[in-house]
Amino acid sequence: MSTFDLSSNSNTEPARRRANTTITPQGTPNRRNTELVMLAFAVLVPMAAYANVGLAIDKKLPAGMLEYGLGMGALALIAHLVMRRFAPYADPLLLPLATLLNGLGLVMIWRLDKAGSLLASNYPAAANQLMWSGLGIAFFIGVMLLLKDHRILQRYTYISMVVALVLLAAPAFFPARAGDFGAKIWIHIGSFSIQPGEFAKIILTVFFAGFLMVKRDALALASRRFMGLYLPRGRDLGPIIVVWLLSILILVFETDLGSSFLFFGLFVVMLYVATERTSWIVFGLVMSIGGAAVVAMAEPHVKTRINSWLDPMAAFQDPPPPGTSEQIGQTLMSFGTGGVTGTGLGQGRSWLIQFAAKSDFILGSFGEELGLTGMMALFVLYGLIVQRGLRTAVAARDPFGKLLAVGLSSAFALQVFVVAGGVTGLIPLTGMTMPFLAQGGSSVVANWALIAILLKISDTARRPAAEPTPEPAPGAEPTRT
Amino acid sequence: MNKPIRRVSIFCLVLILALMVRVNWVQGVQAEAWASNKHNDRNKYDRYAYPRGNIIAGGQPVTNSDFVNGLRYKYKRSWIDGPMYAPITGYSSQSFGTSQLEQLEDGVLAGTDSRLFFRNTLDMLTGEQKKGGDVVTTIDPKAQKAAFEGLGDKKGAAVAIDPRTGAILALVSTPSYDPGTFSGGGKEDSKAWTDLNNDPNKPMLNRALRETYPPGSTFKLITAATAFETGLYKNVDDATQTPKPFILPGTNTELKNASATEDCENATVEHGMDLSCNTVFGKMGADLGKDRLRAQAEKFGFNNGKIDTPIRAVTSVFPSNSSPDGTAMDAIGQHDTRATPLQMAMVAAAICNNGSLMQPYLIAQERSANLDVISNHTEHQLSQAVSPATAQKLQQLMESVVQNGTGTKAKINGATVGGKTGTAQHGQDNSGLPFAWFMSYAKGADGKQVAVAVVVEDGAAERNEISGGSIAAPIAKSVMEAVVNK
Repeated sequence: MSTFDLSSNSNTEPARRRANTTITPQGTPNRRNTELVMLAFAVLVPMAAYANVGLAIDKKLPAGMLEYGLGMGALALIAHLVMRRFAPYADPLLLPLATLLNGLGLVMIWRLDKAGSLLASNYPAAANQLMWSGLGIAFFIGVMLLLKDHRILQRYTYISMVVALVLLAAPAFFPARAGDFGAKIWIHIGSFSIQPGEFAKIILTVFFAGFLMVKRDALALASRRFMGLYLPRGRDLGPIIVVWLLSILILVFETDLGSSFLFFGLFVVMLYVATERTSWIVFGLVMSIGGAAVVAMAEPHVKTRINSWLDPMAAFQDPPPPGTSEQIGQTLMSFGTGGVTGTGLGQGRSWLIQFAAKSDFILGSFGEELGLTGMMALFVLYGLIVQRGLRTAVAARDPFGKLLAVGLSSAFALQVFVVAGGVTGLIPLTGMTMPFLAQGGSSVVANWALIAILLKISDTARRPAAEPTPEPAPGAEPTRT
Repeated sequence: MNKPIRRVSIFCLVLILALMVRVNWVQGVQAEAWASNKHNDRNKYDRYAYPRGNIIAGGQPVTNSDFVNGLRYKYKRSWIDGPMYAPITGYSSQSFGTSQLEQLEDGVLAGTDSRLFFRNTLDMLTGEQKKGGDVVTTIDPKAQKAAFEGLGDKKGAAVAIDPRTGAILALVSTPSYDPGTFSGGGKEDSKAWTDLNNDPNKPMLNRALRETYPPGSTFKLITAATAFETGLYKNVDDATQTPKPFILPGTNTELKNASATEDCENATVEHGMDLSCNTVFGKMGADLGKDRLRAQAEKFGFNNGKIDTPIRAVTSVFPSNSSPDGTAMDAIGQHDTRATPLQMAMVAAAICNNGSLMQPYLIAQERSANLDVISNHTEHQLSQAVSPATAQKLQQLMESVVQNGTGTKAKINGATVGGKTGTAQHGQDNSGLPFAWFMSYAKGADGKQVAVAVVVEDGAAERNEISGGSIAAPIAKSVMEAVVNK
């Protein structure tokens, strides 16, 4: 993606440094205009999809098309203008990518609203989702305005830990509700439900980044070599054991395989990046496989999930075996029916997926109506978000920023993998939502915040050196290739 | 820290690539299997997403496709004279699948047949609404109606065949059902379906093709055919050495005739056939032996599990391992001999067609919605059941039965009619009400021909009032008249 790199042809930097840095930000274009053009596409593509659904289902353009288009466009434009003012050097692709995915998700939710009573307990969700998207962009703008520099977050390392733990533990103490279907990942307050795990994902990353930045030397250096592996000291092993236990507890008390995998995976990745020690990965793998195996054998919920992954069509037997669900089988049939080119928007029958068709299983609708072609495009979009995030991590000049960016990006990647892998039958299904596409307020808001933080880090990283750059934090190293 | 970040990037790339490979697998390699999975309800909805083609009899459709514009289903199947044509059309229900021609010809009717691909693509490009193709049957509505009304409230079946081609002109099974009562997906449809399935009279059983009966005395024609073909008797006038009483070989049991006064001792073949003497043909069968009888029966289509009209008929059985006394009983269509009504119509047709048995068929033509012909039936011989000379003798026997014997009720003015009655005993110690059979053919003055078999399961409340000649023959007569007296 060298087109987005800032060229390094200045003489103000020492020659050694110029030769070794990947990115040497100089007074080059800040790419905001590129972003604006991309953003126009990111609004036009969902609008075309919206028109397509209307034409396919009602044989006419949807009535609210102009308002919807103007609304989406206005939101995106405000976000863009805020970035011009508060993050002028940020990555130009992340905002258009998130806008595009969010817009496509809205269209598909609206399309499934149109399925009416074909979808059991269907209620119009598109308007709500649009409201949440607006709130998400408000959050995004809030982060842009309030977070002057991402390193401020470093101050809140231990507060973050407490908040994350509270958020993660909360669902276990709230009564489950019919419709939660096993995984206890919601907090219900009145008619209002939030999924705290989505926010915990970000806050926990802040904690890990702050914690590891301080401890990385101790974790990396004070170890004994044994059989080619660097074994950490017992007391350094503490944090990893704590996080491991936490993820096991989530699994046991909230029966949430996905979050458990996500948080532990995130921690191992960040630990590896902080210490550059491969041994941590080995430890992480051993511990997660061991933990997962034990829990899978003990927890009936998890066992069911694994069984319906192994035999997705079991639920179609007559009578269906207890505890099985048609969802995965229905989703796979959706994908198969879509084939390479799909049925066309509005012309599929993905409402057959029924439960959670708009949220966890929304990819099934995309697969059926846009086909393999559409799915590949979506994965490319997600891949690009992850890539831009990791690119930001490489470019970031402070270790906290690097850790935070790598953590947020890999959490995003892990979540996409866990959800899409579960829905397509690659791995056992877990209850998580597809970022930006799926119906769900918490998810949309949290992911907009995540994009905002990445953009902030990216802005700092790509800011031209002419401006006074903050002193590198102690222990920071120059970015090496 | 950049080195591990790059490695993490590669790891994330691998995750995304794994997802891409997986969707390619599911939506590319496995797509067809998932799309056509039997639990994939889309196929059901697709079948009724546009007008279904029609099944046609005598130039007129006997089916319809009604636009109902439901949530899941846009069209619904309906039938014209549903109960009369049900054994041929079968049903095509949103909830309960398809049967008979609706099932076997589903590809053409639903428009998914690969032979319609070009047409469909053209229609898609020109924006014309997709519509399924039509299936043109060989059914003659007049004959079908005559058979259906003739059977009326009785339980039974009738089949009429054009002996020269094998075209099935009528195929009736009673009691019948109206497939329209459960072609939808509603509550009433479910109730109708359950009621029909629980009905002790089995209205959904296709008795003409999917039920076998002991053929009774109608089988005596095959015994006579074996005798002529193997040279046991040369002529219809040959006297048979039939004793009175005739004791079944190897037993002390006497094989009796329908009435003790009947003049069957040493009767000629023709006289024995006129009176339908059990002793004459029981002894003839015993003399011929099971193997020769079976070989002849198989030439007429017995023991053939693949009589596809295309609706497959169940196998009509002539046993291969009967004892000598059992063989004597088999030879008069009792004991273990079983035949479908279609099978006995085929026997009559082969005799009428000078021994040449034509493959019976129901579908004359398949065509697309815009009347392009997809396929035409080509007639072909199933077997040369008997030599033309034997066929002549058998015709002589059958015509004599109608002129002088038990089948006088089938006489038609202006047509040559040959027939054979049957009154088949069944059940434990023959306790069930006998099945009344009549198989016959008619040759009209203008060259029209028809072969018919009729079976009535419960022709009358009193068993001694039941005989093929009195109950089944009039039905056969009206069917034959419908064909030859047009």
